[in-house]
Parts: sequence; C-alpha cells; structure tokens
Amino acid sequence: MKLADRIANELMHAVSHLSEDVLDRIRWAQKTETSEASRAVLDAIAKNLELADAHSLPMCQDTGMFLVFVDVGKTCPLGLSAIENAILEGCALAVSKAYYRRSVVEEPVYERTNTQTNLPPVIWWQPVEGSSLTIQILLKGFGSENCCQVRMLNPTCGEEGVIEAVKSIVLSAGGKPCPPIFLGVGLGGSMDRAAYLSKRALLRPVDQHHQDARYAALEEKILAAVQETEIGSGGLGGVITALGAAVEQEPTHIAGLPLAVSINCWADRKAKVVWEGEDA
Amino acid sequence: MRELVLPISQQDILSLQPYEQVLVSGKLYVGRDQVHKLLASLLEENQPLPIGLEGACIYYMGPSPAPEGKVIGSCGPTTSARMDPFAPLLLDHGLKVMIGKGPRSKQVVEAIKRNQALYLQAYGGCGALYASCVRSARTVAFAELGPEALLELEVEQMPVVVAITATGASVFDR
Repeated sequence: MKLADRIANELMHAVSHLSEDVLDRIRWAQKTETSEASRAVLDAIAKNLELADAHSLPMCQDTGMFLVFVDVGKTCPLGLSAIENAILEGCALAVSKAYYRRSVVEEPVYERTNTQTNLPPVIWWQPVEGSSLTIQILLKGFGSENCCQVRMLNPTCGEEGVIEAVKSIVLSAGGKPCPPIFLGVGLGGSMDRAAYLSKRALLRPVDQHHQDARYAALEEKILAAVQETEIGSGGLGGVITALGAAVEQEPTHIAGLPLAVSINCWADRKAKVVWEGEDA
Repeated sequence: MRELVLPISQQDILSLQPYEQVLVSGKLYVGRDQVHKLLASLLEENQPLPIGLEGACIYYMGPSPAPEGKVIGSCGPTTSARMDPFAPLLLDHGLKVMIGKGPRSKQVVEAIKRNQALYLQAYGGCGALYASCVRSARTVAFAELGPEALLELEVEQMPVVVAITATGASVFDR
C-alpha cells in the first residue's frame, strides 16, 4: 500500500476509535470515580465511543488540527518532498472520506477564512540516525489546546516547583478542556522547545513511563497532584481529573527551567505509521 | 430522568437544581464564536437579527459534516467560556437557555441571574452521542461560516446537566 493510503487509513480509524491504552484509562476512571456526576460523564463517553464505532462518525465534532511528527532517518531513501506529499495526500484523503470537520482557517487575526480542507497540518521534522521513517499524528482538538501554557520557571525551583506549576495550569483550565485529560509536560530546552517536548510527551503510549526513573516518578507525582484539584470529569467534581501524565526533558540553560504543559482531552486521538519500504 | 421541552417554561427553569440530569427536546439554535461576534455587533448597531432571541435556546456547537443519508455529523458542545464576552448582551435581549461545556465568567452568571435564565452543560467530546439525538437540521444564517454557521436543530432527549440555575447556583462553585 502507498504511504499516503496508509496514513489516510490510520487517520480514518483514529477519528472514531481510541487506542487500547487510552481505553484502559477511561475504564479505570469509571471504576475509580466516586462522584455520581463525574461517573455520568464517563458513562456518556463510553456510550459515545460505541455510537462513533457503530455509525462510523467522528467521536467528537472537533476532529482537530493535524499535528504531525516526522522522525526521518538521515539516510532514509525517501526524499523529504515525497514524505511531505504523502502526509498532505493522506491527511486530505482522511478528511474527505471520514467526514472530518473543516476546522482550519487561513490566517489567525483578520478574515479567518476557512481553508475548507482542514489543511495545512503542523509538521515537525526530526532527523534521526539510520534509514527509518516514523510518522506520528495527533488529532488535536482546540478546546484543550486553548488551555495549554508555557512558563519559564526559576532554575532552583526543583521538582516541587514543577509540580506546583503543572497543578496551577490544570486548575486554570478547570472544566474547559473536556476532562478527564491527558497531560504532556515538556521541561528544559528553550521556551519553544519545551512546548514541542510537551506535545511529544503526548505521543507516548499512556502505559509507558519515562526511561529515567526520576522522571518516571515525577510523572506519578504530577498525576497525583493533579487529581487533588478534584476538577473531575466534565468539571463536575471528582477524584479523577487526569488519566495520564507524561514528561519529556532536554538540556537547558543555567539561568532557566522552561516548562510547557500540553493538555489533551479524553479523546486522545493518535495515528502512527512506520514506513516499511513501500512507495511514497 | 426529568424531561424538558423547549421553550422551557419559566416555572420549570426556576425549579431546576445544579447537577440535575435532564433530557431536552424541541427546537434550538446553534451558534459559536463568529455567530456570537456577529449577533453582538448587529445588536450594538440596532440592526435586525436573523433569529428571534426572545425565549430562545442557543447550543454552542459546530458540527462535523453529515455523512450521506444522515441529518448531521458529530455534534457535541464547544467550550462556553469563549462566548462569555457576548452572552450577557444576548441574555439581556431575551436569550433564555445556553447549552455548552465548562465554566462561565462572573459577568455571565450575573446576566443569568438578572434574566432568570439557564445554563446547561452537555457532555464534552460526545459528538456521536449527540448526533443520535438530532432529528432535523437547517442553516438559518451566516452559511458562509461553514462549520460555524447559525443552525436550527430539532433535538429529542438530548442529555445534559443543569450547570448554572436562574438563581446563580452553579456546579462550578466548589
């Protein structure tokens, strides 16, 4: 199968179906939540997923903006143009076949004319060693995207400062991003790099922790701190506010500790295609 | 579960309590960011509106396209807070019921109290669930806005939660 068709197929599936790791967390919340109001929200989510599957409808009308992460091998035989074309073609195919909403406008301030294609996507290119090619795509809804924040923390604030900042960002989001939420936390680099890392953190399967034990523990502590907000599902109050927290980190400057928090709604929709030598 | 038919009577509005789960049926309007901006500017310029606001219900939503043979696509609520700068003006001109998701500003809560209105919360992200409640859909105005156009829907047993009552009691005050 052509690369563009594989991308389209994954995106057509992702708009109506969540991956098993995400579903596991929703089921866990249904079992764990003690608030009646929040449980009703989780039950509605479960019923919604059944209906989305049965009727081949997007699970949410905000089918998101495509955030595309391309990890391309430095000796990958496919050229960058061919890869880019396959991504654009695959996205366009999925938009028309799977009834994606056209949610993208040409420019942000003045006319805001709808492009009518849900394109262009946001594409991040990351060169990696070897000849492989991995394309990962987030279908990022903007109810949750509007609640994302970057903060430049004090370099001496330590783990406690990081946890407090994440908690305060989640508190200011409240019921707006369709909780229960997933958190991607980017630490280090520069202001913009931390934001990028926070999105990369969202790509990691929910059941996988950071490889560094200190950061894996930090993920657990952030998740516990966020549950203390008791925002609950739909913002109606409850013991489960977040379904997962993932951290990515990079070297940074002696004077800084950039922190970015990307919030995703429970509809944590992702597509992944690993190129296996087919035509672009 | 309690069932309400639009337009909801004032007596019913006054009897609702926060956290109450209700099923809403009847005709409502659909409008989000740009529709609110346009309606507000028409009101400010004393121009006629394309819809009657008196006693009306507005659902904050922008659907995905309707597949062939279906009335509407996925159609869950969008974040209400973005409509907060415009909602008090609409409420003061007769709007009675708002359906969306998430908390509202102090100014909106005051306007709800002032007009004895109602804010209902739909289940966020549950677009396929709400598609199953829509019996008919038609574009009323601003068709050029595409997914943001002003629609009229007929809904049947649309599940929502009472979020802010006519007295200002709110599920978001904790």
